[in-house]
Amino acid sequence: MIQTRNLIDEHGLRTDGRTTDELRNVKIQVGIVKNADGSAYIEFGKNRIIAAVYGPREVHPKHMAQPDRCVLRCRYHMSPFSTDTRKNPAPSRREVEISKVMREALEPALILEDYPRAAIDVFVEVLQADGGSRCAGISAASVALADAGINMRDIVPACAAGKVDGKIVLDINDIEDKEGSADMPLAYMPHLERVTLLQLDGILNQEEFNECLDKALQGCKMIYEIQRKALIQKYFGDEQELKEES
Amino acid sequence: MQEIKRKYVVPGDRIIDGNFRPLSNVTKSGNSIFATRIGIAEATRDGIKVIPLSGVYIPRVNDIVIGKIIDHSSLSWQVDISSCFSAHLPAQDVFGRDFSPARDDMNKQLAIGDLVTARIMAFDRTRDPMLTIQDKDLGRIPRGEFLKISATRVPRLIGKRGSMIQTIEQATQTRILIGQNGIVVVSGRNGDGTQLAIRAIRMVEEEAHTSNLTQRIKTLLNVPDPQPTETLTEVAESEDQKLIPETVGQVQEELEKGD
Repeated sequence: MIQTRNLIDEHGLRTDGRTTDELRNVKIQVGIVKNADGSAYIEFGKNRIIAAVYGPREVHPKHMAQPDRCVLRCRYHMSPFSTDTRKNPAPSRREVEISKVMREALEPALILEDYPRAAIDVFVEVLQADGGSRCAGISAASVALADAGINMRDIVPACAAGKVDGKIVLDINDIEDKEGSADMPLAYMPHLERVTLLQLDGILNQEEFNECLDKALQGCKMIYEIQRKALIQKYFGDEQELKEES
Repeated sequence: MQEIKRKYVVPGDRIIDGNFRPLSNVTKSGNSIFATRIGIAEATRDGIKVIPLSGVYIPRVNDIVIGKIIDHSSLSWQVDISSCFSAHLPAQDVFGRDFSPARDDMNKQLAIGDLVTARIMAFDRTRDPMLTIQDKDLGRIPRGEFLKISATRVPRLIGKRGSMIQTIEQATQTRILIGQNGIVVVSGRNGDGTQLAIRAIRMVEEEAHTSNLTQRIKTLLNVPDPQPTETLTEVAESEDQKLIPETVGQVQEELEKGD
């Protein structure tokens, strides 16, 4: 890949002023779509994403229903104004793929057997795109699923790590994604310690891969704390612990 | 059994380690019990459970629900009970054993759009729930103001032994029917009382998990006598509480008189 500029300066800072293991600013709000059963809004650097969950509800068309489990349907969509040149609103190859990996990243966390013959719909709408929107989308969607009160084994935070200027860095942004040499999105269930999504775009050797994986896992754990706080904030307000009256 | 502190949990949180029985909204993995819903975890004599704070209604046998007739075939009505499964009310249940689709006009008994109070007779997740109205206080609801709340708020709205709902009913001179599925029908003789009751119900829905709620409801309704404040424990204690038959009975009688 041709590098047009230095992505990491002499002080070890990246294009947006972060160190190599620093996340972008992450902010999550829960329950912003009133019509949905559960919803979340995430700001992940410059990403602005809304996730809405409907269900469990009746499956239409009926033939899609599974007798023993619930069907999970995901739709990742970028709005036409989310990028600097207009994006055609029709689902692109990339969006279809991300919808699929997103579904597969969320499925292991859900107890779908609890809702046979029903469907859960997850809509992820990107309002403004920066690099790493699939990770931000997964993080928002899992919070929205928890908000919808669907039985879950765990919450799924997601975060990317990658290689930029020969260094392994956490949370790749748009420029680093385009001009860097590797990007590795990861979704992870922190309590179960299971990885539900691992993609890698670029080339890493064994050592770099391990370092990248560790960084991404650390990132996921940080995001998990933010997700948890957002949920607690919505349901219990500022109280973080239950006050016993007796 | 070792007592644990009630605590706030989100899905995936480890509630306790050890040999406990998982009840509702928890999952056992190895020697630990994890929450599967957002809510309040607590230990009872029977085991560990989480009182959920969000989620849609999943039918259970013997629940009293309020449903809306959305369609009928020649043998049964289809009832929307605001769940992911639509319920069936067999025509034989209403007309009796000798029901004949040729002779009896189903629209005369229950028309599309009618609201009914019904009991879930059978449901096992492989088939849609079956309803019955052959019981005291069940059947068509002639009038009232319809509103939907989250099914997880129903126990809180009823309150400990019906305390919350009785407070609202007495203060606003209304009758309130509550289905376990979160559908509420408020009927009253004057509009102001009904509106006030609806506001109180909405307030319970929004602030269900906060403490001192009854006090705030009483302030809203201008109920003078301040009683000892009630607290979060009520959510738990009334969780399995069903629609209170006496209340329904009274409502039905009142409404029949009104006709």
